Amino acid sequence: MSPAPSAEKPLAGLEEIKKNYPASSAALMPALYEARRQFGWLSPEALSAVADALNLPKAAVRSTASFYGMFNQGKTGRHLVRICTNVACMVLGAGSVLEKLEARYGLTPGGTSRDGRFSLAVTECIGACDKGPAMLVDDDMHTDLTGERITEVLERYE
Amino acid sequence: MIKYLLGNIDNPNAAEIEEYEKAGGYRALTKALSMEPEDVIGEVRKSGLRGRGGAGFPTGMKWMFAANDPKFPKYVICNADEGEPGTFKDRHILEKNPHVLIEGMAIAVHALKAERGYIYLRGEYPEAEKSLQKAINDAYRKGYLGFPLHIHRGAGAYICGEETALIESLEGKRGQPRLKPPFPVNAGFFGGPTVINNVETLANLPFIMASGADSYLKIGSPECPGNKLFPVSGHVERPGVFELPMGTTLREIIYEHAGGIKNGRALKAVIPGGISAPVLPPDKIDCPMDFVSVQKYGSMLGSGAVMVFAEGTCLVKVAWRALKFFEHESCGKCTPCREGTGWLRSILERIENGQGREGDIELMEDVAGNIAGNTFCPLGDGAASVALNFIRHFRSEFEDHIGTDCRKMAVL
Ligand SMILES: Cc1cc2nc3c(=O)[nH]c(=O)nc-3n(C[C@H](O)[C@H](O)[C@H](O)COP(=O)(O)O)c2cc1C
Ligand code: FES
Repeated sequence: MSPAPSAEKPLAGLEEIKKNYPASSAALMPALYEARRQFGWLSPEALSAVADALNLPKAAVRSTASFYGMFNQGKTGRHLVRICTNVACMVLGAGSVLEKLEARYGLTPGGTSRDGRFSLAVTECIGACDKGPAMLVDDDMHTDLTGERITEVLERYE
Repeated sequence: MIKYLLGNIDNPNAAEIEEYEKAGGYRALTKALSMEPEDVIGEVRKSGLRGRGGAGFPTGMKWMFAANDPKFPKYVICNADEGEPGTFKDRHILEKNPHVLIEGMAIAVHALKAERGYIYLRGEYPEAEKSLQKAINDAYRKGYLGFPLHIHRGAGAYICGEETALIESLEGKRGQPRLKPPFPVNAGFFGGPTVINNVETLANLPFIMASGADSYLKIGSPECPGNKLFPVSGHVERPGVFELPMGTTLREIIYEHAGGIKNGRALKAVIPGGISAPVLPPDKIDCPMDFVSVQKYGSMLGSGAVMVFAEGTCLVKVAWRALKFFEHESCGKCTPCREGTGWLRSILERIENGQGREGDIELMEDVAGNIAGNTFCPLGDGAASVALNFIRHFRSEFEDHIGTDCRKMAVL
């Protein structure tokens, strides 16, 4: 991972993004994604950098960021595991998958494993209901989970 | 039966522009570009196309409102926020047949004389973002796109699927709905006339323009023409997305296309249009799946997402999880929704845990009755009617569940 930008070094790459919108305030969400990528998480420093880069009040940046689940995650482990517990996945056994995660990695929703490897979040439907229970590990979708399959999948993430 | 939305997806290369062109792709756009914008709108009006985002609003009429507004610039926004639980149809288009959407957007942009287009894509669809971005790049490379088309990634808020919340979000703000009117067609993105259409709606346009409104009108049911994507999940043998004519019955979808109930069990309940659509009991499955008929049967077509529950499923638990969803996704702007959804969830939670109290069902009816009709946007109404309809059709199960837990009731 590239070193996190310091307070003096502004967020890079926003000029291109700004061109996609009639006003730079509208570039806030992509800027938050970019800041998350460059800083590792949306720390107070990252939010300030976004505010400076877009010339927005810090309060406006915080207001928007705090609304969205994906900008509101705090610092996570190396991999973010998001398990769908919505109805279709629930009736196909998402509950037993969660139990397995707790037994195997000591992971409970909102928590991080002690070695910092995984953070767990439960999520609403992720659009894989036909192959539930489903989860996202970072940006990868995994489906048809069982208590057995989930550890098999997670062991592929260092 | 003709399939123009996902007909090609058994071809592993269907997302490639060359494959799409080989199958006749982008000819509809060429044809539309040779027509006057007004005539394109006329053809879409004549086709009777209705929006697939949930409400079934006539697309041609929406376009006409925006076109008649004298203000410029105008915008076309594709709603790819697909957050309705049970729904995964738009994802299939985005990942497996992205050019049908891009071609549809280009037709819309021409018809509306729009300055640019946005695709508001839900944050949980990284795979779709990749395939869509590649498809957009390829479409530019081949010279099909004469306007800026951007992907805007959402960040995990269901309410941003509501069109005015979506616009707020696209402007960089919290995704809270706006008061209507004015409608987006008159005052949308940064105040410009804005047409917002669902992915599947836009994906109907290439067929309509290529084959003509008259051919389109021959598919589906008279009041709701065309094909519809039905994502089927839950306790069926073959879950998946099925492209079928509007008006196909729920029975045919469940028993023929999805292979019937898993392990030969009996059907207990079905949700016909995503979690916000009222649940139906098994004696209602002869319902034709189109916007008009499903309403007559006491539910709504919504996203067309069919969620099937076999005998043995605890419906208190299903209702509890649905209300937990609405509580979590309530944007917090209006009190009946913000407070009411949490209240309903907590009553359902104690019933589910065997700690229900005498009078809890009536209390839920009272709370839901006070949400319905009193909220700022349809999210709260949806939550109330979900709760009320579970009680209405399965009251005795709720009564039996008060004071006892699931295991004693032989449900899971
Ligand atoms: C709470 C809520 C969530 C919605 N979510 C979506 C969605 O995920 N995708 C969508 O296309 N429409 C969604 N809609 C409907 C949109 O507001 C809008 O009607 C639709 O995008 C219009 O497109 P159409 O005319 O092509 O159907 C939602 C509406 C509400 C009230
Ligand atoms: S309910 Fe889990 S992916 Fe849709």
